[in-house]
Amino acid sequence: MSTHAFIGKAARLAGLTLCALALAPAAAFAAEAIGASEKQATNWTAIAMFAIFVVGTLFITKWAAAKTKSAADFYTAGGGITGFQNGLAIAGDYMSAASFLGISAAVMISGFDGLIYSIGFLVGWPILTFLMAERLRNLGKFTFADVAAFRFAQTPVRVFAASGTLVVVAFYLIAQMVGAGQLIKLLFGLDYWIAVVIVGALMMVYVLFGGMTATTWVQIIKACLLLGGATFMALMVLWRYGFSPENMFAAAVAVKTQIATAKGAAPAAAEAAGQSIMGPGTFIKDPISAISFGMALMFGTAGLPHILMRFFTVPSAKEARKSVMWATGWIGYFYLLTFIIGFGAITFVLTNPGFLDAKGALVGGNNMAAVHLAQAVGGNIFLGFISAVAFATILAVVAGLTLSGASAVSHDLYSTVLKKGKADSAAELKVSRITTICLGILAVLLGIAFEKQNIAFMVSLAFAVAASANFPVLFMSVLWKDCTTRGAVIGGFLGLASSVILTILSPSVWEATLGNPVGSAPFPYTSPALFSMTFGFVGIWLFSILDNSPRAKIDRAGFPAQQVRSETGIGASEASGH
Amino acid sequence: MDASLAARIAADPNYQKLKATRSRFGWILTFAMLVVYYGFILLIAFDKAVLAARIGSGVMTWGIPIGFGVIVFTILITAIYVRRANSEFDDLSEKIKQQVLK
Repeated sequence: MSTHAFIGKAARLAGLTLCALALAPAAAFAAEAIGASEKQATNWTAIAMFAIFVVGTLFITKWAAAKTKSAADFYTAGGGITGFQNGLAIAGDYMSAASFLGISAAVMISGFDGLIYSIGFLVGWPILTFLMAERLRNLGKFTFADVAAFRFAQTPVRVFAASGTLVVVAFYLIAQMVGAGQLIKLLFGLDYWIAVVIVGALMMVYVLFGGMTATTWVQIIKACLLLGGATFMALMVLWRYGFSPENMFAAAVAVKTQIATAKGAAPAAAEAAGQSIMGPGTFIKDPISAISFGMALMFGTAGLPHILMRFFTVPSAKEARKSVMWATGWIGYFYLLTFIIGFGAITFVLTNPGFLDAKGALVGGNNMAAVHLAQAVGGNIFLGFISAVAFATILAVVAGLTLSGASAVSHDLYSTVLKKGKADSAAELKVSRITTICLGILAVLLGIAFEKQNIAFMVSLAFAVAASANFPVLFMSVLWKDCTTRGAVIGGFLGLASSVILTILSPSVWEATLGNPVGSAPFPYTSPALFSMTFGFVGIWLFSILDNSPRAKIDRAGFPAQQVRSETGIGASEASGH
Repeated sequence: MDASLAARIAADPNYQKLKATRSRFGWILTFAMLVVYYGFILLIAFDKAVLAARIGSGVMTWGIPIGFGVIVFTILITAIYVRRANSEFDDLSEKIKQQVLK
């Protein structure tokens, strides 16, 4: 190697390492939000594959539209989804493009820390299964507010539940739209705003015409494509190392050691830096942040409205349980794959000058780790496939979120609060569709408005609100006999307000988004959940036991009948809602 | 559901058995999941060296199999619950339905 080439390589590796170090702590939630990206050359293979996906899903939408006649069809696909199908659809809702690209990037940068992060996203599923899934199915009809408001005064609880739903949906949606714009700019070489408009327009078509049936099938197809593509990549990586994890890890450690050496580290220090990807790094800082963050992920999963809504698309509690079991299996499997893909990116991508720019950083940013790996193991066709799958993934997740937001407005606010439950199905359906259009336009505008903002906090905020507002109200209303309307509403709003306020006061918004100096954030922890969940639960408990109003007597008297139905399913709504 | 039907079901021994068994089983498994996950997180928060320790002479550390183990545990514990609920608990529900709705 000539001196010149060596210096060039060393500089590249040094730049890469610096970049990796700078990003490692931020990788926490940044993994769920794709940051700024550079526009790439137009990728026709990817566009062609994506076009095939779109045409296919539009045919499904046409078929679904013929079946979507009533509000029940629109919200829950007429209850005709099987547990297995629903499991795939739930997994599809949960495996966003950002988690695919973000978690593999986090693994590539810091190894084991990426695994800790993904485990957090998985462990909420058993809790949801053990305590909520079948009870939700037995009590609810279209939205989780049906369950939360089962024995309470409808108006206040519905208003709360719709607020909780819309806040979660809004932040999740903005994060997805901005991610979509950045990603598509990167993968397809389209302008940011065009990408955002395409996502918004297609999503509206799916939801408007095909309702839950189309959204579910788009989700199922995308989940299969994503799982298939990720399986292929992981197998190709393992195959290269003779299916020996030890060999794969050893190669990755060697690459990281080499990068550290090129940066000028002494041999012992370089070896330590290489080995560091095999153990916990900077991701978990203090125990309070660790627990609080874990609570947001674990209980947030059980409070995400677009996930909860999926429990009403199956015909029985038995199928609801099956769906959550399949979903847990697929999601867990997916996280194992992303871990292997991240290590594959270390050995295939970080060692290939073709994927690195002049400064030694990954072309297109670290979130491109899985995309570059796709090219390395499967050539341009497979690169096009993975890019198209990533686009399809965003589209499907956005459609699910919009449907859930539209249901909160039409079913909870319009039909139950405004019309006191006397709205006919056709009028309700019309309101859902108008809301879908409004949400779609809003999502596009917000997506464009937030292009240059640091939005890494948004998914974390969505989980924190879901864990601190939606989950406590749902949990207490179903399981605690003394819970009252007043307690649920005050406690729920306390959880909602405190999770939003504490997030604004935390470093990820106060410093990273609002630009205040580092270290000045009044609330020092990664996630507010430990505190805001406490506010939510204590609020519900306190204001319930202090509640001696006539309504409180009705609320408490309603518990035995609610419990019988939640435990046995006797009297439960047929999923079709007829 | 009218109140008398609800009261009749609530008095059914099968219902009481179902409620008690499922509730206990659900809480035990929830507790197990909490212990495993927060055990893992607190182990990392308080002593990172444990999981970074190598198993043998190679690069493999205890952290990798333990991390994968948490994922596999999560899937298995869910499967265990669903299996029991979809057989034993659903049979009990079915019995209750036949009792009260005949």
